Amino acid sequence: MAENHEHLLEVRDLKTYFHTSAGVSRAVDGVSFTLDRGKTLGIVGESGSGKSVTASSVIRLLPKTGKIEQGSITFDGRDMTTISDKELLAIRGSDIAMIYQDPMTSLDPVFKVGNQMVELILSHEKMSKAEARKLAVEMLRRVGIPEPERRMDSYPYELSGGMCQRVIIAMSMCCHPKIIIADEPTTALDVTVQSQVLDLLKELQDTFGTSILLITHNLGIVWKMADDVMVMYAGRTVEHASTEELYANPLHPYTWGLLDSMPKLSDNADEDLKTIPGVPPDLRLTGACCNFCNRCPYATEICEREVPETREVAPGHFVACHLQDGKGSLKRGEVRR
Amino acid sequence: MLRTILKRVLQAIPVLFVVITVTFILTRLIPGDPALTMLGPQATAQAVDALRERLGLNLPLWQQFIDYILGVFQGDFGWSTSYNTDVMPLILSRLPATLSITLTALVIAVIIGIPIGVESALKQNTWFDYVFMVLALVGVSMPIFWLGLMLVLTFSVNLGLLPSMGMGSMANGIGDVISHMVLPVFCLATIPTSTIARISRSSMLDTIGSDYIKSLRSRGIRETAVIWKHAFKNALPPIVTVLGMQLASAFTGAILTESIFSWPGIGTLIVNAVNSRDYSLIQGTVLFTAVVFVVVNLIVDIVYTLINPRVSYEGGGQD
Repeated sequence: MAENHEHLLEVRDLKTYFHTSAGVSRAVDGVSFTLDRGKTLGIVGESGSGKSVTASSVIRLLPKTGKIEQGSITFDGRDMTTISDKELLAIRGSDIAMIYQDPMTSLDPVFKVGNQMVELILSHEKMSKAEARKLAVEMLRRVGIPEPERRMDSYPYELSGGMCQRVIIAMSMCCHPKIIIADEPTTALDVTVQSQVLDLLKELQDTFGTSILLITHNLGIVWKMADDVMVMYAGRTVEHASTEELYANPLHPYTWGLLDSMPKLSDNADEDLKTIPGVPPDLRLTGACCNFCNRCPYATEICEREVPETREVAPGHFVACHLQDGKGSLKRGEVRR
Repeated sequence: MLRTILKRVLQAIPVLFVVITVTFILTRLIPGDPALTMLGPQATAQAVDALRERLGLNLPLWQQFIDYILGVFQGDFGWSTSYNTDVMPLILSRLPATLSITLTALVIAVIIGIPIGVESALKQNTWFDYVFMVLALVGVSMPIFWLGLMLVLTFSVNLGLLPSMGMGSMANGIGDVISHMVLPVFCLATIPTSTIARISRSSMLDTIGSDYIKSLRSRGIRETAVIWKHAFKNALPPIVTVLGMQLASAFTGAILTESIFSWPGIGTLIVNAVNSRDYSLIQGTVLFTAVVFVVVNLIVDIVYTLINPRVSYEGGGQD
């Protein structure tokens, strides 16, 4: 099929701004990426880098003050920025499912887990309540919840965090989505449960051929899960490459900073963890220079004057840095000033 | 559930005992003498004394108190000196009149207050929100007696549209009764409507900002279901609390309203009882109101457990 050659999700030059009384905040300021069937794209960045807003923009689920100003989001041949609200409702939860950070607060506390699953299924599929219930039990069993029939009648507070996240994953898989957007899916879980949840996601992806848009600040999770990585900083993409390429040959100073700030087992326990000094810029003031210039140890005069273009410095490897041509014009650790 | 109810009923006993004691003492502290009030200023000293003797007012206070308590336990709430009848049947005979306006007022408060509150929350910081919240603020701040008098002045005196006094009679048709109810119900509904609108708004604002609402929307659940099924059910507990308090205080709030509109309910009964120093009737009506408070609170607590599964009074919550 010709359709299969296209990207499942294609985001072009997306700009999502927040209009507040204090000014316009450029949360996402010109982001482009694609996601293919069965693949996983990791979006990495610190808090406020625009990764979650990018994800919310895809299903147009923004707070009242947020608005998609520019750009196109093409999902399965449809432009998500222009489709009707009715079509949007049909896509949300069905073709594109969302998994949020805190499983304990993602379920309505006053309804039974089973009823919430049945409600979701019935709002997307034409089937009887009994069939929906059967499907829900089946999905709970698939994600490894013991005694799924009994768990259907549990309230969310009766489940542990890991259990809740499994329920949410089961829910997200109920209508066989084409994409799962996982927004920090393991951040709120304890470490032993984290890898179980990630393994589960990967297993379901292999079974159903689902694509995953994985949003995280944890480069370790990206390494484990993603085929491609996009690093975001202050609303813009700074580096975008395949996972192997990014880890083998990171090119942007911000990516270097992120990699350096990951704790490693080989590290000397007495050494302090490296950090990136400074704070991200005010998103109301970005757009006149390289957003990272105030924290970048390599920054020169041009960085403070012009916004760097995103350039393809190697096949499939994109970097937005004035100084980096990918051929050694800027080397990691060689601070010039 | 049964155990919970039983426990709450037992807890109510000391509350009611305190109410009885305090009312008993307070009524005795009001200046004036029931016998004198009954017989009028021209009565002879012997007549007054004879009546005091007959009413048991010459006994020491502690003995009057014990007699009263023992009576209450036997279902005897005393003899009303001003109405010349038993207190409890008198109160019960006035109950329908009070219920007809208080319950109507509360139903109206719920029907109007909740949608306005929810809609204001959804339209936070728009003209709709501002206009109705200012109105609600005016509503809760308005003194009932002033509002009642203004309503009488406007609709009865100046416009001549609605009757200002009494209950009307079914003999003149249902329209007569309803037209008599309009002003008192309006008066009684003002504060509950405003309070419910305000609490609905703030409680809904809390819930619609929460993560599970965002999650529900991300799952493609229809907006009406997100708001009225999920957000509203989560926002209910504070609304139910306020509604319970309003229901209970509607009985006492009816004192002012009933007096203004001469509505023959429990409120006017209390006022008449105080005016004529009718000790038993004062104690009986106050005790009755206290029981209403206790019962309403119990109902509110039970409704809580139905709304929120995490609230359980059975003790020993699960983990």
